[in-house]
Amino acid sequence: MDTLELDIALPLRSFRLELALAVGRETFALVGPSGAGKTSVLRAIAGLARPQRGRITLDGRVLFDAEAKVDRPPEERRVGLVFQDYALFPHMTVEQNVAYSGRTRAAELLERFRIGHLAKARPGELSGGERQRVGLARALARNPDALLLDEPLSALDAHTRSAVRAELKDVLDHLDLPVLLVTHDFHDAVVLADRVAVIVDGRLRQTGTPSDLIAAPSDVFVASFTGANLLSGRARRSSGGLTQVTLDDGSILYSVDEAEGPVDVAVYPWEVSVAREPTRDSALNHVRGPITSLVRIGNRARVQVGGLVGEVTAASADRLGLEKGDFVVASFKAAATRLVERTTDADGSP
Amino acid sequence: MSRSDRAGRWRRSLFFALLALATALALAFFLLPLVAIFLRVPPGDLVAQLGSEVAVDALVVTLKANAIAQALILALGTPAAYFIASRRFRGRALVITLVELPLVLPPAVAGLALLAAFGRLGLLGGTFEALGVEVSFTQTAVVLAVAYVASPFYIRQAIASFEALDQPLLDASRTLGAGPARTFFRIALPLAAKGLSAGAALSFARGIGEFGATIMFAGSLQGVTQTLSLAIYAQFDLDFDVALALGALLVIVSAAILLTVKLLPAWTRSNSTSLFPFARFGSS
Repeated sequence: MDTLELDIALPLRSFRLELALAVGRETFALVGPSGAGKTSVLRAIAGLARPQRGRITLDGRVLFDAEAKVDRPPEERRVGLVFQDYALFPHMTVEQNVAYSGRTRAAELLERFRIGHLAKARPGELSGGERQRVGLARALARNPDALLLDEPLSALDAHTRSAVRAELKDVLDHLDLPVLLVTHDFHDAVVLADRVAVIVDGRLRQTGTPSDLIAAPSDVFVASFTGANLLSGRARRSSGGLTQVTLDDGSILYSVDEAEGPVDVAVYPWEVSVAREPTRDSALNHVRGPITSLVRIGNRARVQVGGLVGEVTAASADRLGLEKGDFVVASFKAAATRLVERTTDADGSP
Repeated sequence: MSRSDRAGRWRRSLFFALLALATALALAFFLLPLVAIFLRVPPGDLVAQLGSEVAVDALVVTLKANAIAQALILALGTPAAYFIASRRFRGRALVITLVELPLVLPPAVAGLALLAAFGRLGLLGGTFEALGVEVSFTQTAVVLAVAYVASPFYIRQAIASFEALDQPLLDASRTLGAGPARTFFRIALPLAAKGLSAGAALSFARGIGEFGATIMFAGSLQGVTQTLSLAIYAQFDLDFDVALALGALLVIVSAAILLTVKLLPAWTRSNSTSLFPFARFGSS
């Protein structure tokens, strides 16, 4: 089976990176806040950082094995790495960059990545999107057995980001390789990856498809990282098989999840609806209050009511004539109210 | 305008006038002696004196010894600087300090030390004698003296240039299948070239003017070990005009080297894509 497998430990400045991963012929995203050790994982796989213990194999080939004292140098690993700022050689043309690992596939790759017309240009003359295409073409030019991408979109401004992301997705979907990318942006991971793992302080918190993580975040960090509203309270069993949560401000919510004691409540913005009057729909949970902020993002509007952010279409916001300061009701179903039991080891919160 | 306003403005003007005066005095102090050399000797005589046997011999010895010394400095100094710049090892700070030692060592002491090491009665004198090689008071000694005092200028600058390289570029080269040697020749060397050239020019300037170590270790034999600086000293009592002509030549050579160093960054930036525009695009 064609996979990249690793199980490594590597001491970093303020914590110890310790994780095991297996990536098949898929795009796998390692997401986490900056400083979580994501880049170190890529460096260890590429041979640029040496783990303290563990083993890394690619298609059954041993790249690193601390016990067997195997540590293949980077140039022998056949692992393509696209650096965060692409690390294109500034003294070479685009063509020379792509041909750096061997001339054979350069022309074909320049065409495939639509950079043929830039062959004689220097990296300094390229836009962010073009530089990324050169970086990808260069990494793929040596026929790697796996492709690693370090924050592939972070060097881009917001304006070009979504276009480049769509382009990158297209490229990755057509690659028949294990692809491991790291990003601090969950949204990028959702768009690009088949599977996602959340990493915090050098350890994996949860691994699954993006929808797995959204549906059942394993802890508070994963919930907030995936974009959920977080409210804290105390849970107890109530009638009808539901769990009743008393929030810190005294209001009451219901959830279909089972929990007892201190909990965090995760609610995704797109599962919150906003109305002027309490509605008689199936939603059990209501939060009343003035709109404290109203931000339009394209065709959507994010409405903040109390500690809760709801996302509605811009058309709905217009139809309701929503303005900052208006008194509204935010509603969401008990089935959309996820409970995450607070444990002492998660995030260190009591 | 109030009186105190006017007084304040006057005080500020006076301060800047004093700064300008200090600058002018310093410049005059530097330039006057150099101008004097050219004023003492009419340009026609200057050229004529340079045709004298002493001058030609000194020029040949200087150029030959410096060319060989610079080749040695580049050939040994470049890999040494790359090693020191790219590795973290115990005693690294000590190694750097030792490399810089000849910078602060009085040249006469350097010459004495070379004599003690390679001279006929020196530490390795017996070895050289057995091999039939005479070092001290030969042209080899001139080369060694120049290399000894001039190499730190190059190595220091080379270490700094290699340390300033963008590490991801070197890493990228490795992941693209290039070993450490290929990475050095294709990435590190071209990207550090600007700094290395500046270092080489500085060490060349130092080597051309070498005096103290050379006279101790190599002596001042016309046509063999007598460099331009040594010839100036020798001609000082014999023919002051020849000394002045040689001095004028060295002034011109030194000025040309300084100018090269100053202009170097300008033209390397214009005909290659340096890291600066790269970084600027990246942040836009």
